[in-house]
Amino acid sequence: MQLRIERLSHRYGDVAVLDDVCLVVDAGRIACIVGPSGCGKSTLLRLVGGLEEPASGQVLQVGEPPERSLNPLTYIFQDFALLPWRTVAGNVSLVLEDHGLSRDDREAIVGDVLARTRLADFRDAFPRQLSGGMKQRVAIARALAVRPAVLLMDEPLSALDSQTRELMMDDLVDLWKRENLTGIYVTHNLHEAVRLGHRIVVMSRRPGRVLETVEIDSPIWDRDPSDPALEITRQHLWTVMRDEARAVDLELTGD
Amino acid sequence: MTDTRERARRVHFRGGGFAPRPVRLVGPAVFLVLVAAWEAGARTGVISPLVLPAPSEAVGALVELWVSGELWEHLAASLSRLLLGWVSGTVLGGLIGLAIGLFSLVRAGLAPLVAALFPIPKIALLPLFIIWFGIGEESKVALILFGTLFPTVIFTYGGVDNVDRTLIRMGQSFGLGWFSIVRKIILPGALPAILSGMRVSTAIAIILIVAAELIAAERGIGAYIQIAGSLFATDQLIAGVALLSVFGLTVNWMIARAERLLLRWRP
Repeated sequence: MQLRIERLSHRYGDVAVLDDVCLVVDAGRIACIVGPSGCGKSTLLRLVGGLEEPASGQVLQVGEPPERSLNPLTYIFQDFALLPWRTVAGNVSLVLEDHGLSRDDREAIVGDVLARTRLADFRDAFPRQLSGGMKQRVAIARALAVRPAVLLMDEPLSALDSQTRELMMDDLVDLWKRENLTGIYVTHNLHEAVRLGHRIVVMSRRPGRVLETVEIDSPIWDRDPSDPALEITRQHLWTVMRDEARAVDLELTGD
Repeated sequence: MTDTRERARRVHFRGGGFAPRPVRLVGPAVFLVLVAAWEAGARTGVISPLVLPAPSEAVGALVELWVSGELWEHLAASLSRLLLGWVSGTVLGGLIGLAIGLFSLVRAGLAPLVAALFPIPKIALLPLFIIWFGIGEESKVALILFGTLFPTVIFTYGGVDNVDRTLIRMGQSFGLGWFSIVRKIILPGALPAILSGMRVSTAIAIILIVAAELIAAERGIGAYIQIAGSLFATDQLIAGVALLSVFGLTVNWMIARAERLLLRWRP
């Protein structure tokens, strides 16, 4: 399924947050959106998944989602958004309960995705017992359970420490390789962007516009983090972004 | 030549404290010492029996009450009023609180009303309730219902307001229905606040039932205390008050149990 963002603009009251954003994400590709804080990249993601209505412009899903997909556009949140009163298995099962599946079917899906995210031994643990990386793996398992066509990831690794982030990046690369997912990955971390994206979109400060789009052609699972070509791309992205980030740093926060 | 050997001092410990920890048996010990001092004071005549009867006499009154079988009559009368009034007040208050939490229109209409009615001492309304519902059980149950309703409403909608909005957006993003979101995300999220509300509302209910029985009742712990007071039977009065304390402690213990059972997931 292809995702097409057409001339999207949005405002909160008097504040324009997005200005005429266009972006196409082809099936099986990951687009990384980077930009200084407050540039509207998280807002963009909420608009794409239908959690907010754009002031103007539209988001189109082109083509049919896979037949067995329960929730074509599925989020992975920065703060995991796990229900603290449900166990690991309960959190995954939550998103299956409104789809008319039998208990056995639900159990089978839960068991399957927990195995795929190496969480099978923790199915009865509560979120408070898990480390940050484990919590995010539960959130990934939950997202996989509804067989998404497009994954919408809002800084999924930002709440984790740097070592866990490295490990989780390897996990995500594995995931891209196995599941052939389409995705939008919002981050402010350029290392993550060059490791995990086919297309990297740099946004300006508020109101967010697309400043530059960079394509990285090498397959994600063949990328070596120490590859000088990636480092050159990262440096280039940073020069594009630096002035914007500096300007944001000098602004008063509106809220 | 300078002295190369500087004086070495050990760094003083200055942290610690400000972390209450459970200390067993001290609570009961304080209680026992107080009662023992009281008993000793009464026996030696330091405390005149007119001022305060000895604890042993209060225990005697309690035993008497038990043997005569009146204890159960009074307890049953108070408990049934309490249960009926508290359960209906809590259910109704929970529903109203949930509605205020979920619907802006209900909130705009009812939240100011609740704020205006909550601080009224409900016992002041008992004469009105007697006129409306008669002198029998109904007026007392209505009083408790009314008294427990408002704290429950306030705690419930406060709890709903405090449910993490990102969890609700998460539910929506996975296509959960409205009822599912209320039942699986909002209600469990508000449960800690609702249970706190129950602590408050049960205390209010016990105060109100005794006050109501003091004014107008033949049976009930409040009535027992009222009769003892008018006869200056201070031993019975103390016995009645001790019963109320046990009542409150029992309710508190039950809610603590419920919290431990229902809120196991809390960090």
